[in-house]
Amino acid sequence: MIEAAKLTKRFGSKLAVDNLSFTVEKGDVLGFLGPNGAGKSTTMRMVTGFIPPTSGDAKICGISIVENPAAAKRKIGYLPESAPLYNDMTVIGFLKFCAEIRGLTGPEKNEAVERSIETCFLTSVARQSIDTLSKGYRHRTCLAQALLHDPEVLILDEPTDGLDPNQKYEVRQLIKRLGETKAILFSTHILEEVEASCTRAVIVDRGKIVADGTPKELLAQAPNGSLTDLFRKVTTTDTAA
Amino acid sequence: MSSLTIFKRELKSYFAQPTAYAIIVIFLLLSLGFTFSFGEFMNVGDASLEYSFFFWHPWLYMLIAPAIAMKLWADEQRTGTIELLGTFPVSTWSAIVGKFLAAATVSLVALLLTFPIILTVNYLGSPDNGTIASGYIGSFLVCCTFIAITMLVSACTRDQVVCLIVSVTICTIMVLCGYDSFTRELAKATSKSTVEAVISFGVWDHFSSLTRGLFRLQDLVWFVSFIGLCLIGTSTILSAKRA
Repeated sequence: MIEAAKLTKRFGSKLAVDNLSFTVEKGDVLGFLGPNGAGKSTTMRMVTGFIPPTSGDAKICGISIVENPAAAKRKIGYLPESAPLYNDMTVIGFLKFCAEIRGLTGPEKNEAVERSIETCFLTSVARQSIDTLSKGYRHRTCLAQALLHDPEVLILDEPTDGLDPNQKYEVRQLIKRLGETKAILFSTHILEEVEASCTRAVIVDRGKIVADGTPKELLAQAPNGSLTDLFRKVTTTDTAA
Repeated sequence: MSSLTIFKRELKSYFAQPTAYAIIVIFLLLSLGFTFSFGEFMNVGDASLEYSFFFWHPWLYMLIAPAIAMKLWADEQRTGTIELLGTFPVSTWSAIVGKFLAAATVSLVALLLTFPIILTVNYLGSPDNGTIASGYIGSFLVCCTFIAITMLVSACTRDQVVCLIVSVTICTIMVLCGYDSFTRELAKATSKSTVEAVISFGVWDHFSSLTRGLFRLQDLVWFVSFIGLCLIGTSTILSAKRA
């Protein structure tokens, strides 16, 4: 469903993503781990077609994001890192706009909006203006936007960042549930999340994949049997770089 | 289709906040206020709107058009919603067109609400309404030109204040180039061809022929190509920023 092949991104002289390849099949939840600045967000932005790769390509359901971006983008639901939203709109107004821009109309649009609102527990704030929402609700509103068109591929950049423990649990459960029928790529630096909801995980450091496997396999590689130790072993700290 | 969706969202956003109302009210107050004060609409006794009314429009637009359009891309970049827009299955071009038309519509509403002046001038005398209509078209085109310039500047920065200051400056220069007392001074200092080049960059030459009821193809081409260039520039800047 997601096939990233030799993705490379260079910003000036800085190599942000270096020849990165991975695949995510339907039913897979791939956790994307790595320290801050490792190139996780840049990779996701390339896969979603927001920024063009310097070289390499990503295929979404067999469609190249470089050659046919519009068709490939239709297959993707994307939650950007900071959960950006149009603050002057209401939750329902925003979701209707997103549904319309994805080509949904009439009853189909209303159904999609209602379904997303229910899935992301937004019923109580549906008619509220977005700029009055708390961080948890903002995050879920942006997540709802990604689910509107029932995409085959979901790409979530730090979906649990800034949420309280209850909300984190809810989102992890949601990812697990959605992962049964979709291909999901999500980034995080909370290691327990990997064990809680991923079928596979890769650790990225300075633009390269340094570890890849199921949570169990990764744990087996870890010196003391904890993911934190493995993470510290294979990645470099930003002060060392 | 997607242009229309974006157009509707932008337009709603103008009217959901005080922006559009403030701009419309201020434009009406100043344009009609100037007509009756400095424009000496009543004293001149001329049943045309050329000098008393339309004369003030470029001066007002050089402030008002940037105020309308400054948020178009600056705000998307500041809040990060550009990342949403960039991953929706829409082209940058349709977003640009939708946003431009929304800003143009706000200015069109402001301009159309000056209609009492048409009733007044028709009540007081018998003006050439064709000339007035052509003046309105010219006025709208000047505003659209300034909106397009602001949009281009807006794509370069995430800071609305920077966008406002830079675009007001560019628009001011475009108003001054070709303004009579300015070009007279310039003619003393430089050659004739320089003055002509400067005049052709300014809006007056193209605008004043329309306010006189003279519909020249070259003016239309100038406005449309200037706006088109700014929109293409916006698209280029936005894609260059992502690469």
